[in-house]
Amino acid sequence: MSSDYEVVVGLEVHAELKTESKIFCGCSTAFGAEPNTQVCPICAGFPGMLPVLNRQVVELAIRTGLALNCEIADFCKFDRKNYFYPDLPKAYQNSQYDLPICKQGYLEIDVDGHRKKVRINRAHMEEDAGKLVHQGSITTSAYTLVDLNRSGVPLLEIVSEPDMRGPGEARAYMEKLRAILLFAGVSDCKMEEGSLRCDANVSVRLRGEKALGTRSEIKNLNSFRSLEKAIEYEARRHIEALEDGEKLVQETRTWDEEKQITQSLRSKEEAHDYRYFPEPDLPPLRIGREWVEEVRASLPEMPDEAQKRLVRDHGLPEYDAALLTLTPEQLDFFDQAVALCQDAKAVSNWMMGDMSRLLKQNNMEINACRFTPAQLARMLQLIEAGTISGKMAKSIFEEMFNSGQDPERIIKEKGMAQISNEDELGKIIEKIIQAHPGVVQDYHGGKEKAFGFFVGQVMKDTRGQANPAIVNRLLKERLNREGA
Amino acid sequence: MELYELTVHQLVNLLDKGEVSSREIADSILDRIQSVESKVKAFLTLDEDRAREQASQTCRQAGGFLQGIPYGLKDLFCTRGMRTTCASRMLEHFVPPYDATAARKLAQAGGILVGKLNMDEFAMGSSTEHSAFFATHNPWDLERVPGGSSGGSAAAVAADEVPFSLGSDTGGSIRQPASFCGVVGFRPTYGRVSRWGVVAFASSLDQVGVFSKDVRDSALVMNLIAGHDPLDSTSVNLEVPDYTAFLNKGIKGMKIAYPREHFGPGVQNEIKQSVYQALQWFEQNGAVVEEVSLPHSEYALPAYYLVATAEASANLARFDGVRFGLRDEGADNIIELFSRSRANGFGAEVKRRIMLGTYALSSGYYDAYYLKALKVRRLIWEDFQKVFGDYDLIISPTTPTTAFKLGEKLGDPLTEYMTDILTVPVNMAGLPGISIPCGFAGGLPIGMQIIGKAFAEGTILQAAYAFEQSNRPNQKPPLGVN
Repeated sequence: MSSDYEVVVGLEVHAELKTESKIFCGCSTAFGAEPNTQVCPICAGFPGMLPVLNRQVVELAIRTGLALNCEIADFCKFDRKNYFYPDLPKAYQNSQYDLPICKQGYLEIDVDGHRKKVRINRAHMEEDAGKLVHQGSITTSAYTLVDLNRSGVPLLEIVSEPDMRGPGEARAYMEKLRAILLFAGVSDCKMEEGSLRCDANVSVRLRGEKALGTRSEIKNLNSFRSLEKAIEYEARRHIEALEDGEKLVQETRTWDEEKQITQSLRSKEEAHDYRYFPEPDLPPLRIGREWVEEVRASLPEMPDEAQKRLVRDHGLPEYDAALLTLTPEQLDFFDQAVALCQDAKAVSNWMMGDMSRLLKQNNMEINACRFTPAQLARMLQLIEAGTISGKMAKSIFEEMFNSGQDPERIIKEKGMAQISNEDELGKIIEKIIQAHPGVVQDYHGGKEKAFGFFVGQVMKDTRGQANPAIVNRLLKERLNREGA
Repeated sequence: MELYELTVHQLVNLLDKGEVSSREIADSILDRIQSVESKVKAFLTLDEDRAREQASQTCRQAGGFLQGIPYGLKDLFCTRGMRTTCASRMLEHFVPPYDATAARKLAQAGGILVGKLNMDEFAMGSSTEHSAFFATHNPWDLERVPGGSSGGSAAAVAADEVPFSLGSDTGGSIRQPASFCGVVGFRPTYGRVSRWGVVAFASSLDQVGVFSKDVRDSALVMNLIAGHDPLDSTSVNLEVPDYTAFLNKGIKGMKIAYPREHFGPGVQNEIKQSVYQALQWFEQNGAVVEEVSLPHSEYALPAYYLVATAEASANLARFDGVRFGLRDEGADNIIELFSRSRANGFGAEVKRRIMLGTYALSSGYYDAYYLKALKVRRLIWEDFQKVFGDYDLIISPTTPTTAFKLGEKLGDPLTEYMTDILTVPVNMAGLPGISIPCGFAGGLPIGMQIIGKAFAEGTILQAAYAFEQSNRPNQKPPLGVN
């Protein structure tokens, strides 16, 4: 990508709010139910039906706003956003237009070792639409089915300012936003289930230019990876067009995951006129300051605070602290383990190394992990005490991951305890030296490799259980005595 | 007197004394319908079997206040198991799986739903000629319209086909037909009666109300249907008084205003004379009566046609052929399915208003039309507030003319819209209002409108009852007897 250009990104994120019931009726919000089993006349938009606002939605919106350093409006209202689509039962979506519940917040991301503020323009409440289901692909399906289970599920749309420069920062923003939503307990943030969705506004401009370039809005970004790839692709497309002297048009595009390209959906001229107007079926909302303060007081530690704490209290590098605070489950696991074994860096290394690798391989979340933080702590204590070597710990850890068994039990069952008994090791060394007089001579003749041979033989004899440090010391002592 | 001629309170009295059975009442009502319905054409759906069966099984002692009393509903109240058409092809075969709150309350009180009453399609119109199925005829003159949009509800009560009915009033849709048909039509304050299950025309203006033969019956029915509904966020959580307790309080010392703008040159002379006489009666009987001004009245109608149509354009967007109602089966794609279903399902007046409302909300026009209309609405509300700072009630004619001829205003929507010019300001301000008979002009009833402060329905009923006691007309519609 030409470095003369700067890539400017703003994100619109839809987070599904974690409520039991929908925003305007009592239907369940649970994911994955049989189509149209969580539907009533209200969320199916039947004639004469009226919305009643779910208080929990407002509370979670306030909570999110506070976690994102937003102002919480004293007064806000719902509006109707009008458009026809078969998954939108009322043919309007209840959303908030000019008076959103949260305004002017920010979050901080780490960019090349320093903190950067990304401003949040607004966050507003709205209802989700249903879902269209096709037989095979949309182009070949003989019919379209409508599933309204999702219709009326509460969403918070969080709109950033165009403060990000390139795909990396966009990803960092998304990861931080996800962490904040998870820590605040307002959303499940499962991108694969659609409970966290993102549209990216992308433009490019020559470095030093103040005005923003013509932007594309990219839809259908279902993972962090597609977010990065799509921005990368789109920025390159813009730059190439500009270099070729082409004029860009403002448009909405979609990310084709298979082809790894963006494709035009509609231009600005074809954009909908949503004809927003105030929702007459819902009175405006006055939000008391006491309520806001109550919610503020109930907010737990947020990722940034936790990150600082890990650096300050446990001396972890920023990098470790940032990774460990991506989800509250991860931080909780870390905190529990460290409380028992004190060696924070070791806990961090194991969590970010083997544990993260195994979780990824098994496609698991940390809360599905079979072993406990206490078991990890005990394993680390066994290394510290010299009962097992770091190398042995790797296989014990893997076994712990698979079975959830205590490390002591694994060691016992597999006969894996480290041999640190000097008498026992001395005897083995003696036996090996006696058996290989030639190699002893090589050693004394200055052949470095000979020493390694003896270590290898001891390990072979003890099936790897010999404490390597002790073996090294005893071998040296024994061989040097021989030479003397 | 025949049973079908009686009021609700008279029937309740007879039932309580055991002098008649609910079956006898039902039979009388159904016979009456048999003999006059072909002339009046008030009902879109009539369920005689169900009414008879329910009436036979009813037990006065065990039930609520309406046990054994027949009634009708404007066909935009959703009724579980009985089709709810809104007088539209779009919903011709729509059978809701739920009851509107107001309908449920009447059913729970033991009332017997006889059927669903004709209206202008989706409550859009002032003559009931905009029904997709047929026009209803005014019982006083079958050549004339009953008014609208709740024309069927008004005509059915006037023709003694039911002792009372419910309607809805968005811009005068209860008061105007009540006036045309010579019955009592009561529109409560916005928020007083739940709109849940009432198919919406304009959500910020719609309100459920009552058609009855006298003021006492309106008070009795209000006692049943008023009150907060947790399912309607715009229904108000205020205690509901016993409205009958207001009836005998008299009008001495009451301060009544009459707005000069409502007696302008567009109002028929006989109507003005009738209402002036009524005002005189109030004065002679101890009320203070003074002329006031509602200066923004003249802007009420144009502003109303922007607000109401804007809301309607969104409210009626759900009729797209996807989930319920009419679907055009010949469509090749979804856009065609939408447009063909809507083109075939809606009548001309509904389409006109949807287009008007869509236009008023469109980008570039919103500020000039919809937003401006909201500002005018606020000014109208302030006009009323000012008057109600000094007065208890406002009295005016309900309509500028008596019932017009069928077909007279078809094809001339603006002239038809003008018939609501005196009722619309009340909706724009969210206030309660009643229309009661106050005289005749050329054999056609004249209605007087009494407007009250928000949630002061009792005061309106108090004045209306006092007037009615001394000025009850003794004519009946010339429908003949069976």
